[in-house]
Amino acid sequence: MMIKPPPRLAIDGDAVLKEAVSRISHASRISEPARRDFLRRSLTLGGLSMLTGCTLVDEASIDTALMRISRMNDDVQGWLFDPKRLAPTYPDSMITRPFPFNAYYSESEVRQIEEGSYRLEVTGLVADKRKWALPELRAMPQIDQVTRHICVEGWSAIGKWGGVPFASFLRRVGADLSAKYVGFKCADDYFTSIDMPTALHPQTVLALTYDGQPLPPRYGFPMKLRMPTKLGYKNPKHIQAIFVTNTYPGGYWEDQGYNWFGGS
Amino acid sequence: METGKQVIHPGWLRAMHWLNALAVVVLMMSGWRIYNATAFLGFTIPKDITLGGWLGGALQWHFAAMWVLGINGLLYLAFNLATGRLLRKFFPLSPQALLADLQAALKGRLAHADPRHYNTVQRLAYLFVMVDSVLLVISGLVLWKSVQFPLLRELMGGYEGARLVHFFAMAALAAFVAVHLVMVALVPRTLLYMVRGR
Repeated sequence: MMIKPPPRLAIDGDAVLKEAVSRISHASRISEPARRDFLRRSLTLGGLSMLTGCTLVDEASIDTALMRISRMNDDVQGWLFDPKRLAPTYPDSMITRPFPFNAYYSESEVRQIEEGSYRLEVTGLVADKRKWALPELRAMPQIDQVTRHICVEGWSAIGKWGGVPFASFLRRVGADLSAKYVGFKCADDYFTSIDMPTALHPQTVLALTYDGQPLPPRYGFPMKLRMPTKLGYKNPKHIQAIFVTNTYPGGYWEDQGYNWFGGS
Repeated sequence: METGKQVIHPGWLRAMHWLNALAVVVLMMSGWRIYNATAFLGFTIPKDITLGGWLGGALQWHFAAMWVLGINGLLYLAFNLATGRLLRKFFPLSPQALLADLQAALKGRLAHADPRHYNTVQRLAYLFVMVDSVLLVISGLVLWKSVQFPLLRELMGGYEGARLVHFFAMAALAAFVAVHLVMVALVPRTLLYMVRGR
């Protein structure tokens, strides 16, 4: 993992604290540089471990603990999630132009998917596992909405996506709506997964269009899952397969440490 | 020293102070790494003073330490209110007393003979940092869960407003910490009081 290694200090916290206290007790007699030195050291992570009495030595166990807290945060977020609460929508005039491209690869590497041979696979806990061609999806009732796309990297942009409400698609294929997860495999080798309550949220859309036009390749042709309640990396593009499961499927970024729930 | 035997800071307060200091350092250093991912104000923060290594790692630290800050902060406010310490220590505040204390401070003659008693500048500084922390938590909640807290989101001036509030409230907290540390360096026995209580 790419976590910055903590200072490798094996400090006997109690002894150091005792020493620090005894030194400070004579603070009026301590020379200025020594006092500054103590304050400077207490600002480092080593200093923190000294103040709390625990030592930061094992990078892997810190990594594991942080991952565990992140999974706990998934549960908290699932509990906080109100399936009826809607993300704000905006007028067309507020759409960000041009809408930024974002992926784990550069724009020159965008995959070109051939419309005629494209078939969407639906597997897992669903009654109807047949493959879907694009015209069949376009024949279903469509909605569109202007919402804010929020990126984990600290920017947001407003865009307009249209397509099939994902809840009606899941019902149409007879998905087990009590299952925990819906997973996605994409033509650009991306993969991610979401919780069922978000999958059934009224603003979760299997998007086939962007700004009234068929979804262009850079925004995920032939389809992306658009969820204004989730961060950008939870919104997969170039979706090739959708599966319903009770086994935690993880995701491309999630497996590296991004939070799995990843949204509001 | 006549205050030598008397408890200046009760144990619960000292425990919460150091726990809060730990949470603030982790949140601030990881927050700087999170900020650097887009650096929306046009400058980046030196990587050496950030925590987490990469954005995902920094976010994990941030979303772990937020629980420490949030729960510890709520307990601090609850204890302060329940024991009457908040009213006793930080009030009354009067503009006259503030002016007098500011003048004394500028002349280097601000009274801190009795460490159990906060002068008006201290009272204001500590109340400011309480309000600022509440603002950090609220704007943080909006950045984390903007759909679930619509009222707070509007209060912050929308989602992007919350980002700015969160950053500048952080900057204000950092400024407080800097002044706080300078003051401790000038009157080192206050560190001792916060470690062993007297």
